[in-house]
Amino acid sequence: MLSRSATAQRLLRAAAQPSQRLNVARGFASVQDAPVQTVQSDLFKPTKYGGKYTVTLIPGDGIGAEVAESVKTIFKADNVPISWEQIEVSGLSDATPNGRTEAAFEEAVVSLKRNKLGLKGILHTPISRSGHQSFNVAMRQELDIYASISLIKNIPGLKTRHDNIDLAIIRENTEGEYSGLEHQSVPGVVESLKIITRAKSERIAKFAFSFALANHRKRVTCIHKANIMKLADGLFRNTFQELSKQYPQLECNDMIVDNASMQCVSRPQQFDVMVMPNLYGGILSNIAAALVGGPGVVPGCNMGRDVAVFEPGCRHVGLDIKGKDQANPTALLLSGTMLLRHLGLDDHANRISNAVYSVIGEGQIRTPDMGGNATTHEFTRAILTAMEKSL
Amino acid sequence: MFALRNIAAPAQRQCFRAAPRAATLSLQKQRLYSQERVAKFNGQKDAQGNYTVSLIEGDGIGPEIAVAVKDIFAAAKTPISWEPINVDPILKDGKTAIPDAAIESIKKNKIALKGPLATPIGKGHVSLNLTLRRTFNLFANLRPCRSVAGYKTPYDNVDTVLIRENTEGEYSGIEHVVVDGVVQSIKLITREASERVLRYAFQHARSIGRKKVRVVHKATIMKMSDGLFLQCAQNIAKEFPDIEFDAELLDNTCLKMTTDPIPYNDKVLVMPNLYGDILSDMCAGLIGGLGLTPSGNIGDECSIFEAVHGSAPDIAGKGLANPTALLLSSMMMLRHMSLNEYADRIEKAAFATLAEGKALTGDLGGKASTRQFTEAIIEKL
Repeated sequence: MLSRSATAQRLLRAAAQPSQRLNVARGFASVQDAPVQTVQSDLFKPTKYGGKYTVTLIPGDGIGAEVAESVKTIFKADNVPISWEQIEVSGLSDATPNGRTEAAFEEAVVSLKRNKLGLKGILHTPISRSGHQSFNVAMRQELDIYASISLIKNIPGLKTRHDNIDLAIIRENTEGEYSGLEHQSVPGVVESLKIITRAKSERIAKFAFSFALANHRKRVTCIHKANIMKLADGLFRNTFQELSKQYPQLECNDMIVDNASMQCVSRPQQFDVMVMPNLYGGILSNIAAALVGGPGVVPGCNMGRDVAVFEPGCRHVGLDIKGKDQANPTALLLSGTMLLRHLGLDDHANRISNAVYSVIGEGQIRTPDMGGNATTHEFTRAILTAMEKSL
Repeated sequence: MFALRNIAAPAQRQCFRAAPRAATLSLQKQRLYSQERVAKFNGQKDAQGNYTVSLIEGDGIGPEIAVAVKDIFAAAKTPISWEPINVDPILKDGKTAIPDAAIESIKKNKIALKGPLATPIGKGHVSLNLTLRRTFNLFANLRPCRSVAGYKTPYDNVDTVLIRENTEGEYSGIEHVVVDGVVQSIKLITREASERVLRYAFQHARSIGRKKVRVVHKATIMKMSDGLFLQCAQNIAKEFPDIEFDAELLDNTCLKMTTDPIPYNDKVLVMPNLYGDILSDMCAGLIGGLGLTPSGNIGDECSIFEAVHGSAPDIAGKGLANPTALLLSSMMMLRHMSLNEYADRIEKAAFATLAEGKALTGDLGGKASTRQFTEAIIEKL
């Protein structure tokens, strides 16, 4: 079944010839990484009109508007050939006139399908049972952007409790615990279904292996709870182990999720690339983000066969600091530079990310979450100044 | 006809009179139940004034660390006598079970202390820990984590208390293959089990003098199952007006606890099974691993206190094992039996020994043997 889908074939081809780089798994993280192959050679390349790419921009709730503003300002200053198609989607019930929320969501999905590229903040999800399903999850399922990547790396100069962390969390994005299938058998007894399929487990495992190869990483760790969920997580782990035989150049191992979270806070340096089902990804990306400075500095993206949506790697809405000009735009900025590298615009990407790193590294102007007292605007201005200097 | 009505009338009146009384009675009963301690210890002292505790020494390093605990208890003159039992698994009707003698002992004593157990691999046994939990219906797992002075980690002054639902949730064990390559695993949340563990959490908060209880959930995504858990919590919270209650999303808890665990020092966290499993081990990671964390499995009938680390077969029998986790678990056990004064004394001695750092075992970077570590504690007593 899987071999019929084009994605799988592409991945299979890549698996057969390890030297060939998959463009879905190009090097994002490192500034030094020269691009080998870009999205321009892809069959499904995004549209480019008048020398500019159109990218869907969804600022999101909470701090979204402020950090998106910062990204737009900086991208514009660097003359990045991107024109934004901005769509205001909100998961807050009082954010838009009645009925507008669902409509805006649909509009965003259509826009992303057309543009194939997006930059997105996080959308709020209500807890109440009558509330809508998470738009974040719905969007990932609708567009089948199945692989979430969070890049967890110490930023030079930003001191945290741990050093030398450089890991990538790859998370299955479309099934597992987030299937949304739940029912109440009798009052007071609820069942939630976790779905694990071989096809999707294969797909995410291959993505992780390809990502590791393309980014010169050595080790891939599969995170699971197969000792308890013997069938579901067992399938995930066995699929991973089966496929790992095709990648003798990578060191592959597996770890139980509770042990992994313990190791993560005590010895995170041992991890390189980690691949896991949906819920564990949520847990570990939060734990790992906290190790390097919080959700404000962790970039990420969601990759599918056709569409790639870049969003902060540790998904927090930040409703508490909304509108206070305190938000840290680093996560969205670095996600934006990942987007630029995805397009092969490495010059722009390097200039911007170097400027971000240098401002944080100097330590004079930092937002409150990084221990400073600068506003979002001041931080943005400092980055602009740093970019000017580098010219 | 006339007579009939005559008889009927008083009966009716009686009914009317009886009904309200019954209603108040059941109401009182309900209120009584909610105030009654969940999982109260009901063990009896023997002729010598000692409580008997079933002792499962466990595999690997189990016997050595059990000896350490026994010696320390003897030195502190705790009113405990030990009843060693064997829980080597047997297959009963194709299911993993523990021997009847062991079940009898724990049922009689209502309390047990347990070392690490290794589940035999490849013989079709379910994990023994799971079997014990199921056999005795141990519905709550209590996992406190406290920084040990003398063992440096990136986090200082951690003092978290976490309670985990132990019987259902993601660990319901209900799974099936729908078609080849598609597996469905069921997370089961029931009101009954949720209320029970939540009530225990509130009562535990009260008994250890913490004023805040926080529920950790993921009801944004699992609106019905975690939603039910959250709803139960909100209801139970009303029974405890003296305890502050709030709820937090799992993602936020992971993030904030790893960033800075100190704000959690005045709270009791309570959560469904899987989250509790992951977060309790994460907390253990903050203070230096499973060798330093105690654990208690609480049930209505009996409770089992245990060391959650592995059986470390590589150093078994060499006298190098660290008994701290089992010792801390045994102090939790003493407190559960309301023998607080003994627990406090032993705890003080143990923490002082660890802080001093002269007689630490190999896993904590010291050179002492289990024996030397034990003697250092006994000396402090």
